[in-house]
Amino acid sequence: MKKEIIFDDKETGLILDNFIKDILNSKINFNNAAIIGIKSGGVPLAGLIRKAVSERFNIDCKIGYVDMTLYRDDPFSVKKSGDATELAFDINDKEIILIDDVINSGRTVRASIDEIFDFGRPEKIKLAVFIDKGGRELPICPDFTGKKIRAGKKEIINVDVLSKKKFVEKYEL
Amino acid sequence: MSFNKKDLISVKDLSASDINYFIETAKEFKKISLKDIKKVPTLRGKTVVNIFYEPSTRTRSSFEIAQKRLSADSLSISIAQSSVTKGESLKDTILNLEAMKPDAFVLRHSESGAAHFVSKLTDASVINAGDGINEHPTQCLLDIMTVIEEKKDVGSLKVAIIGDIYHSRVARSDIYGFSKLGAEVYLYAPHSLLPRLIELKNVKIAKNMEEAVKGADVIIMLRIQKERASYYFIPSIEEYRNFFQLTPELLSKASKRVMVLHPGPVNRDVEIAGSIINGGRTHIFKQVENGVAVRMACLYILLGYLKNK
Repeated sequence: MKKEIIFDDKETGLILDNFIKDILNSKINFNNAAIIGIKSGGVPLAGLIRKAVSERFNIDCKIGYVDMTLYRDDPFSVKKSGDATELAFDINDKEIILIDDVINSGRTVRASIDEIFDFGRPEKIKLAVFIDKGGRELPICPDFTGKKIRAGKKEIINVDVLSKKKFVEKYEL
Repeated sequence: MSFNKKDLISVKDLSASDINYFIETAKEFKKISLKDIKKVPTLRGKTVVNIFYEPSTRTRSSFEIAQKRLSADSLSISIAQSSVTKGESLKDTILNLEAMKPDAFVLRHSESGAAHFVSKLTDASVINAGDGINEHPTQCLLDIMTVIEEKKDVGSLKVAIIGDIYHSRVARSDIYGFSKLGAEVYLYAPHSLLPRLIELKNVKIAKNMEEAVKGADVIIMLRIQKERASYYFIPSIEEYRNFFQLTPELLSKASKRVMVLHPGPVNRDVEIAGSIINGGRTHIFKQVENGVAVRMACLYILLGYLKNK
């Protein structure tokens, strides 16, 4: 399996800074916002955004995670990961920032939104994705995008924003 | 972890890692029952047929609720109102239902081996919801889940199973399940109600109630099964009560944090003192709660296997 670095540490850092800046500078009312990361790729990004909001505005946003396996349109195509949805707060009337590392077909986002609605009725959901690799199969468009790239359906994009050396790489299955 | 069989017939056939896989999955499903909207769309478009040839409150409603929470279409056949009363055989009943293309059968039957027999007749998944005096695998899984939630490592526990073991499919499944996970299992019952030929590692037969209960971390009490003529195996209920009832006094000899389980239905003041139940010292309702999660996990795992085959 050949892995190819698309963005190195410096480039990934720059994309990440701009991505977070875009979210912080948006019209989101962080006093009423909750951050939800889609498991597993959205988890580290959700943490970074929460930290950035706290540093800039001194607001501790609620944070949660969704594992949308049970809401997939092909529920058995992946083995149950043993992960669980963790939304330990009332999401009714909240402004949700839904975060994932990579968007492709849009099916993961569709399933995640479905799941969130089973917990209540948020006021809004804003979608933030770090890498948009195109290839949408549903009418879903992120509100915040780190970087758009072109990649084939079989190409897997792997994002690491937590290591000392951040990177975005791609490889084919 | 994965499970590559279409049916769940017995715990005897499961490995320790299979048991853990079912329970890990069930822990995830348990959270669904705590949500505001207790439903996920996972088994949308799947049909599950529940056939109960014996009466049941808990198991049957638990399976039905599990199916509804996973959005499966479920159908429960009440034997009293079915063609079984006109003399239709189990095989013919199943073959006719099979023609309606269900994805799974949940079967309870008074004959040991019925679920295994049905699993050979159909391409659908079969879940054994109790077959005669053989096994009741989902009850065993929910018992283990209830214990794991409190005790973490089952391998270091002393588990006492007391009562009509011979006629108890729950006991048989629990003996296999707990011993496979490394627990030390003590059995105690009137001699006439002890199963023959128990040659499993970690399974011992206690000489009296004290030995069974002393230092036990888990005590599983079983009911005298009127419907299986248990009364012919004991001199009288009064005698049974005197020698085999779990009393508060006996319970005090167990480990301090002992868990008392009972698969239900309970015959109060026969196998277990009513005061132990009234005092909230049992985990009966926890068991029932976990039963729904375990059954959701079983349906999800088995139907997932069929889909991926």
